[in-house]
Amino acid sequence: MSQIGKMNHNLARRIVPCLDVRDGQVVKGMQFRNHVVIGDIIELAASYRDQGADELVFYDITASPEGRRVDTDWVRRVAEIIDIPFCVAGGIRSVADAAEVLAQGADKISINTPALERPDLINQLVTAFGSQCVVIGVDSIATDGQYTVRSHTGTPDAMRSPGRKTMGWLAEVVDRGAGEVVLNCMSADGTRAGYDLEQLTAARDILPIPLVASGGAGSVDHFIDVFQQADVDAALAASVFHSGQIPVPELKNQLAAAGIEVRPC
Amino acid sequence: MTIAVVDSGGANIASILHALRRLGVEPVFTADPQVIKAADRVILPGVGAAGCAMQTLNKHKLSNVIRELKQPVLGICLGMQLLFQSSEENDTELLGIIPARLTRLKKQPGLRIPHMGWNTIDYLRPDPFSDTFSDDLKQKWFYFVHSYAAPVGKWTLASSNHGQPFSALVRQDNFYGAQFHPERSAKAGASLLKSFMELKTCK
Repeated sequence: MSQIGKMNHNLARRIVPCLDVRDGQVVKGMQFRNHVVIGDIIELAASYRDQGADELVFYDITASPEGRRVDTDWVRRVAEIIDIPFCVAGGIRSVADAAEVLAQGADKISINTPALERPDLINQLVTAFGSQCVVIGVDSIATDGQYTVRSHTGTPDAMRSPGRKTMGWLAEVVDRGAGEVVLNCMSADGTRAGYDLEQLTAARDILPIPLVASGGAGSVDHFIDVFQQADVDAALAASVFHSGQIPVPELKNQLAAAGIEVRPC
Repeated sequence: MTIAVVDSGGANIASILHALRRLGVEPVFTADPQVIKAADRVILPGVGAAGCAMQTLNKHKLSNVIRELKQPVLGICLGMQLLFQSSEENDTELLGIIPARLTRLKKQPGLRIPHMGWNTIDYLRPDPFSDTFSDDLKQKWFYFVHSYAAPVGKWTLASSNHGQPFSALVRQDNFYGAQFHPERSAKAGASLLKSFMELKTCK
């Protein structure tokens, strides 16, 4: 950790609130189920900006399973008020879809199911927009001692198992030029029992590109653990931020006190 | 004051336009040489590959127009890189305003490339531009996303470090450049853009 921290100089570990979007509002569910509305997209985005979040991810949780594209109107409204980077996920299935979302002011696009269905889409997006725009979302679960990926995770009824091993898939997305990976460890998601350090460490060993941990954050210690033990570049969380349980400024203060480089709020 | 944002291709120009609007100015997004020449300030954005951006500039016959500008010009990210002589990225010839070559960030164990995230910059020398926003120590964190980097030289106002030192903020006469994204660097970035707007010029 200390040596790698030095190698990356002062590059801050990023705190990334994730906003699940459905019908123009931010919602939250447990393990992808039982969504409840928790607020307006613009109000929440502005609030996290003011709290000192380093980046935001907006995940359109209905676009992908319903086979429709991201509604770009709210992307534009977010871009107008936000002065930190943000990524849009869900419903982006082509270079044209991505171009539209980026044109509205998003900094990055994240794809998951479409990349599994057509891996060459990753190469196409990298060629069109550069690696730095292209994030691959990976939903992964441990079964029989193996990590395997899941697709169509936006709604439980549509979820599929495309039969790919997670670590092999991660190596492939790097080869295809992806700029970042968000690894959502599904067994931990929504439990608030901590990030899946074992799986994230295994992913870290494979990924020379930035890795964002997702799923399981429940306390400040979980964030400290995931940065110190799994050496991830960013930690994504939703419910602990939305509920107010962990305010971003307090989290950053405690990370700094633990010797983890963060951008001061 | 008119601000021309040069259309050099690339998808996410909107964030720069929005950042300028938040500062109360309405930018003109254009590839028209006359509009660019007449503007009080010119911003050269850019995302993607250097070769594509140069092709777009050449297609619109803008390379010479930009080289000959006398008003303050600010290159952002790839836009800053375009000010240099050449890039290792597909061995591309650039605008040649700053005499140095960009190279790919060197792979090292434990070093993540692209360099993506918030990093600090060190101001190397006084300059009327950076002095106006660097006084407050809080203005040292900026958001970076790039895989190629410019060496540190006499053009460097501030450097950063990602496995190697590189130019984060540059100036050559009336040409300024930021490797990071001021439009995505919260209040620090807004104060940089504001300083650029308020530069004193004897046009």
